[in-house]
Amino acid sequence: MEYSNYIALIPLLPLAGFVLLGLFGKKTFAKSAGIVGTLFLFISTILAFYTAYQYFFVNGKVNGVYQPVTALQYTWLQFSLGMSIDMGALLDPASVMMLVVVTFVSLMVHVFSLGYMKGEERFATYYAFLGLFTFSMLGLVLSTNIFQIYIFWELVGVSSFLLIGFYYDRPAAVAAAKKAFIVTRFADLGFLIGILILAFYSGTLDFGTMIQRITGTNSPVLAQMTGYGVVGIPVLSWALTLVFIGGAGKSAMFPLHIWLPDAMEGPTPVSALIHAATMVVAGVYLVARLYPIYLIDVSVLKLITWVGAISAFLAAIIACTQTDIKRVLAYSTISQIGYMLFALGVPAYGEAVNTGYTASLFHLFTHAFFKSLLFLGAGAVIHFIHTNEMGNMGGLRKFMPITHATFLIACLAIAGIPPLAGFFSKEEILITAWQSNKLIYYIALITSGITAFYMFRLYFSIFYNKTSTHSDHHGEGNLNMKLPLLVLAAAAIVVGFIPFTHFVAANGKGEEITISASFSIAPIAMALAGISLAFVLYFNENDQPQKLATAIGGLYRAIRQKFYFDELYLFITKKIIFNGIAKPAAWFDKNIVDGFMNKLGWATTGISERIKALQSGSIQSYTLYFFGGIIALAAVFIYLWT
Amino acid sequence: MLSVLIILPIITVIALLLCSGLKQVRVVALGGAVVQLLYSFYILFTYWEQRVVDGSQMLFQEDHVWYAPLNIHYHVGIDGISVAMILLTAFVTVAGILVSWTTAKLSKEFFFLLTLLSMGAYGFFISLDLFTLFFFLEVAVIPKFLLIGIWGSGRKEYSAMKLALMLMGGSALVFVGLAGVYFNTQALSGAHSFNMLQIAQQHISPEAQRLFFPFAFVGFGIFTALFPFHTWVPDGHSSAPTAASMFLAGISMKLGGYGCLRMATLLMPDAAHYYSWIIILLATIAIIYGAFATMMQTDLKYINAYSSISHCGFVLLGIGMMTQTAIMGAVMQMVSHGLMTALFFAAIGMLYDRTHTRQVAQLGGLLKVMPFIATVFVIAGLCSLGLPGLSGFVAEVTVFMGSWEKADNWYRLATVLACASIVVTAVYILRAMGKVIMGPLQVDGATVQHNLSDARWNEKIAAGVLIIGIIAIGIAPFWLTELINQ
Repeated sequence: MEYSNYIALIPLLPLAGFVLLGLFGKKTFAKSAGIVGTLFLFISTILAFYTAYQYFFVNGKVNGVYQPVTALQYTWLQFSLGMSIDMGALLDPASVMMLVVVTFVSLMVHVFSLGYMKGEERFATYYAFLGLFTFSMLGLVLSTNIFQIYIFWELVGVSSFLLIGFYYDRPAAVAAAKKAFIVTRFADLGFLIGILILAFYSGTLDFGTMIQRITGTNSPVLAQMTGYGVVGIPVLSWALTLVFIGGAGKSAMFPLHIWLPDAMEGPTPVSALIHAATMVVAGVYLVARLYPIYLIDVSVLKLITWVGAISAFLAAIIACTQTDIKRVLAYSTISQIGYMLFALGVPAYGEAVNTGYTASLFHLFTHAFFKSLLFLGAGAVIHFIHTNEMGNMGGLRKFMPITHATFLIACLAIAGIPPLAGFFSKEEILITAWQSNKLIYYIALITSGITAFYMFRLYFSIFYNKTSTHSDHHGEGNLNMKLPLLVLAAAAIVVGFIPFTHFVAANGKGEEITISASFSIAPIAMALAGISLAFVLYFNENDQPQKLATAIGGLYRAIRQKFYFDELYLFITKKIIFNGIAKPAAWFDKNIVDGFMNKLGWATTGISERIKALQSGSIQSYTLYFFGGIIALAAVFIYLWT
Repeated sequence: MLSVLIILPIITVIALLLCSGLKQVRVVALGGAVVQLLYSFYILFTYWEQRVVDGSQMLFQEDHVWYAPLNIHYHVGIDGISVAMILLTAFVTVAGILVSWTTAKLSKEFFFLLTLLSMGAYGFFISLDLFTLFFFLEVAVIPKFLLIGIWGSGRKEYSAMKLALMLMGGSALVFVGLAGVYFNTQALSGAHSFNMLQIAQQHISPEAQRLFFPFAFVGFGIFTALFPFHTWVPDGHSSAPTAASMFLAGISMKLGGYGCLRMATLLMPDAAHYYSWIIILLATIAIIYGAFATMMQTDLKYINAYSSISHCGFVLLGIGMMTQTAIMGAVMQMVSHGLMTALFFAAIGMLYDRTHTRQVAQLGGLLKVMPFIATVFVIAGLCSLGLPGLSGFVAEVTVFMGSWEKADNWYRLATVLACASIVVTAVYILRAMGKVIMGPLQVDGATVQHNLSDARWNEKIAAGVLIIGIIAIGIAPFWLTELINQ
């Protein structure tokens, strides 16, 4: 079957779910909203898998390369000749891979939520929002046009806003939703200006044409963009950096990461879908989409590398000190996305052009499964014990065996223990780093050890350690909740064996990355060391962690306070923007501009008051004016006459 | 056939005079507005058809001598821009009348003035004779003064007077500008001409353009909140009754934008190019400064009024940039802002009717008790902050793209600053939304708690009509761009 026959259905079915549930959810679908939403998505998922099957196995490689296919394209908004926003569906290895990931994880979350969100007052609204998000994310993934990606980029942003603020009567949820939207909006400003620059020079908004025009041999566009600079930096670097800022905002990279931990105020399945597996990796996807252009500009690639590496490292450290289990996972997400980004950037230092791209997307792929599994597991735990705080948990393995087993699989996967999924993708990233830049490699290596530590700190605190006082009632949850855990756990075990390099590569051909046993020794040793340390500190209840924390004192507090980033932002927004700009602007408007207008009005009234006195109505004064006027005129005439 | 647009409101107005009691009056007013809306759609479709056949700039022209000694004509005709503005007026009028469904005080006079105002707007948007244009502009000013002064709230006399004086001042400037244009034309018989198409063809001398353009542009600019003549906007809107606020921001401010556009593109393009940097400077100030000033407002109507200053800045920015794309964006922004701001004022009015306060600090969590109104508020807010899928986004993006075509660093800087306003807008919209709609329930002003009912049928339809317009542009902007582009 031709792609164009059904490809549009993949995003449009969730949208139909959104419209249906949004308009009639409250009355008609109050109970059945979950089933309706899930059904729509189920069909989408099947179509997405069918698309992947067609793309990779039926149509396959032509000339040794998976050819990009523009399955659909409609002009949506024509600006001027050749410059238009087109809505369409672009299929290439990366987008097809993302289709599968997004629909699959979203389906798992839909199913999980059937149990998790049962009895919620706004059950239908929840599924409507999930539909809106899935639609937007699929539209983003399929974009053929840089403005199309921006449009869906904003739409995933607003879906995220609505879902973080789902419990709208909690001030913390509202604050988190606003923060997420505003921080990413700020980053999107960069993205927008980056688009304007790229569009102006390349004369198009279409991805394919734009890449072709900029990267073509002896490209005049490229010559213009590197030849002309603003503040000493070529416009190409400006454009790419600005676009990357947009990506960094969405992907919660330092220093724009502050919204993601707070975003955990949303329902936990939402965190699994949006803030772990799909939306937050949009930044990685964006850079990957424009990768041929990024490869030209080594300086921007280096920037990406360092932003990614620093985020990976700092977030991992912060994760070790958090006590809210969802926040630990949030920082872990930031850290893992850091890995993906520096893998994309690190070829700037060496030759590993293809391996960087492949490794990054491979990690994106595997991470989606084990991280959503972790979040759903955390959701099950929270559902069971009604708290997010690690300190109130412990010994839960007895009460929730399936959650425990699947959570352990996910922890092992993210820690990079073979033969689970995370091991393979992380290994590829480490190899790429090793081939390009040793410093980055060591940072990544240490971070992987820290990762293993904080994940098992989490694992032992939840499932071992002291026995939680809270031990009653409704068991582990129903099948709706267990099934997604089992399916995702199976995925976390097997997806590492997919020959990913064969499918997804920067040049479409794919080069084998060989993982050698000798190279793997160091990362595995690091992971085991991290796990062992966590075992010593957290397996049984003891006061070692507390002692350790006091021993490093100030440093610990700084890390626990997330290096005071929130305070810094608060200072900038409150002190500088509010008190420094907005207040004076409002004051100026009220007192100077409006004050002047009012003065003008009063002055007019005042003058007319004075003039009014002349018309007193008394004959004597009129006579006086009359004769006075005659005398004055006479004087003038006499003066002129002589 | 265009005269029907003016005749229909006149019939409605006469019928209103014959009615008595709120029940009759509102049915007649609504009937007139709905017929007008249907007729506007009829015009839209005939325009689509006719345009293919007829290549001239303005279609459906009618030309009658009105006052021969001064060569004043009643001359009407439309292009795609006019059609867009007519549709906007029709949408906002229907919504405005529906929102005022329960106006008990002097209801006959109220609906009379609303209909008269819409008549002025229709006449303005189809005029091709400068004098007729000016005539209808004035028709649209006087009712506003009465609407605010009689049915308003708060410092209504002050606001009504301020608005009337500033708009009258604007009209006076417009008149000077138009008269200047008139006396610089040469008709065939040696007389001067008010005919806009002739003036455009004759291309009056650049010196005269430079002299009179500022008068006309600033005059019209006052209507559309040109910095620093925008101060009537916050006071006027906040004192006005809901429907009048909707008309003011939705239609009346667009009279100014439309006037500026015709002056700059049709009548005096040389001067517009000459002064473009000043227009852009003032527009950029309005956009960014208006947005920051909005952040500090505490009254919902003030928030929307200040944000209108910022949003109307995009109209002027598009006009000032003078590229085809930017001007298209300016027109889209006029339509989009008209619908969106009318919706916003409608939502605020509905909240106020129930809670008797517009202070952000006194409200909270209204989603719980009035989900429909809260949803309307959220949609209006999201449109205001430029969410794709709603009309604000396409309009703003078109202005940005059009502005960026100017490859001058200063113009680029202005565009970047204008772009930056999308962040500030998000801040103030979300602050208001987060407090009033979300968060714990809080209603300080309401005297009776059970008053907190959700929207009634008339309010639901009013909001629905505007939302349909917003979404129709937001998800399918191509029809609007097709309409605007020649």
